[in-house]
Amino acid sequence: MAAVSAVWQRHSRGQKLARTVLWLLVAAAVAASLKGIDVIWEFLWDAPEQVADMAWRMWPPDLAYYPQEVHKALMETFHIATVGTIFSMLFALPLAILAAHNLTPNKALNLFAKTCLVASRSVNSLVWALLFVAVFGPGPMAGTVAIAFRSIGFVGKLLGEALEEVHFGAIEALKAAGATQTSQILYGYWPAVKPAFWSIMLLRWDINIRESSVLGLVGAGGLGMIMNAAIDTFQWERVATILLTIFAVVVVVEIVVTFFRRRLI
Amino acid sequence: MSMVAAKSPPSGGDPPFHSSWQARIIALLVLVYAVYALGQLDFSFDRFVKGLDSGAHFLARMFPPSYKNWDQLLTGFIESMEIAVLATFFGVLISLPIAVLGARNLMPGWATWPARLIVTLCRAFNPVITAIIFIKAVGFGALAGVLALIVASIGFVGKLFMEAIEEISMKQIEAVRATGAPFMSVVIYSVLPQVMGRLVGFCSYQLDSNLRNSTMVGIVGAGGIGGVLFAAFQRFEYDFVLAILITIIAVVLAGELASNHVKRIFRV
Repeated sequence: MAAVSAVWQRHSRGQKLARTVLWLLVAAAVAASLKGIDVIWEFLWDAPEQVADMAWRMWPPDLAYYPQEVHKALMETFHIATVGTIFSMLFALPLAILAAHNLTPNKALNLFAKTCLVASRSVNSLVWALLFVAVFGPGPMAGTVAIAFRSIGFVGKLLGEALEEVHFGAIEALKAAGATQTSQILYGYWPAVKPAFWSIMLLRWDINIRESSVLGLVGAGGLGMIMNAAIDTFQWERVATILLTIFAVVVVVEIVVTFFRRRLI
Repeated sequence: MSMVAAKSPPSGGDPPFHSSWQARIIALLVLVYAVYALGQLDFSFDRFVKGLDSGAHFLARMFPPSYKNWDQLLTGFIESMEIAVLATFFGVLISLPIAVLGARNLMPGWATWPARLIVTLCRAFNPVITAIIFIKAVGFGALAGVLALIVASIGFVGKLFMEAIEEISMKQIEAVRATGAPFMSVVIYSVLPQVMGRLVGFCSYQLDSNLRNSTMVGIVGAGGIGGVLFAAFQRFEYDFVLAILITIIAVVLAGELASNHVKRIFRV
């Protein structure tokens, strides 16, 4: 009888080695970062005092400011996020189709679409806003286009992956019946990815509402713009009102999204 | 016989795959809203065309990307990496106990709701807003960025990790509990092994997202490559801006490839 190893081990030696190396790498990265980052410790120690001071200045929130300017800015933020999401949908659909290798059996086109999607995702919406403020001038238009550009990568990536996971049977049946590429997309792929598509759009809309509330910091309209003005003039009671508004909007949007998602799935 | 006849569609009725009247109404409403909102955002066609014109101008000034200030780019990037690594490490470290406390299948109600409240609060504000508040608290620089991204990481990893724990199989927990193991042993031997793979996935995603967000918090003065980018923007050095953007995209791509390898190591 062959000798059997007495001790059971979960991982092979190679796996163990890979894991150990990985843990060491993590430890080294954290240690190097701790050493490399310059922290002014005096500033950290008086942080509680500073926060208390800020809270003191913020209290009580200047609620009378809401009807004056905050409401208008809030509606602007809402429009930026929603229109940006609708725009991103229009551009993300063709890119997702190009990126899915089962729909577009062309390596070069796949790579091109994927590069576009990665570029769109890697650049932050605030950076996109900075670029578009330089192009269109300050205002909500720059914000809307920035939101759309940032969302294309997100929606396109997730939608492309959903398209790649579509079951081949239905498509083959359509092909056998002589369906054109357009009919295959409309009657084979679309019904299969429809729930995923709407849930991706809802998720992105939720994120966009949050993101468009800060785009104004670089001049792209919405709540961020009046917040920047209030911070620059040290009107912390107004900042508190704006922060409360953002918090309320985030909560409401979360409830709305949860409601629609439940109806979708 | 009559049953079968009733089931077959009437001739001349709705074609297959027709859109329902609800779908049509919603599509119409969205269209009407889009037109209204575009008016509110003063989106006009000639403004768009004018913008395209200045956009072409802008693009022309961006090319070719200039790497002549590569030393600024490098220091900014190293700082961004440090911010991302520290924020991910401490964010995950803090969100682990919060997630265990917030999981409804492990903890009673009095423990779950405060943990859930913390996670919701951390998720509510964009990292930029948190960064502004931390800049006020600890001054300009990388520390404010690290703190802001730690908050964001707790919000994200904490929520997903909590949900992952809630989805685990209770059988293994019961088995470990039946041996008389204390709570910590239950967590270490029956909860963690079930969620470890997903946790590694969340962490690598969070590292990636923190690296991307560290470009954003830099714009408001919280250190990293974002500060360099914003300074270049204000000096109208658009060719350097493009160089920074290209580098960010390249690093994010490299990070995505690396995280795939890490996930493979831990999934076995």
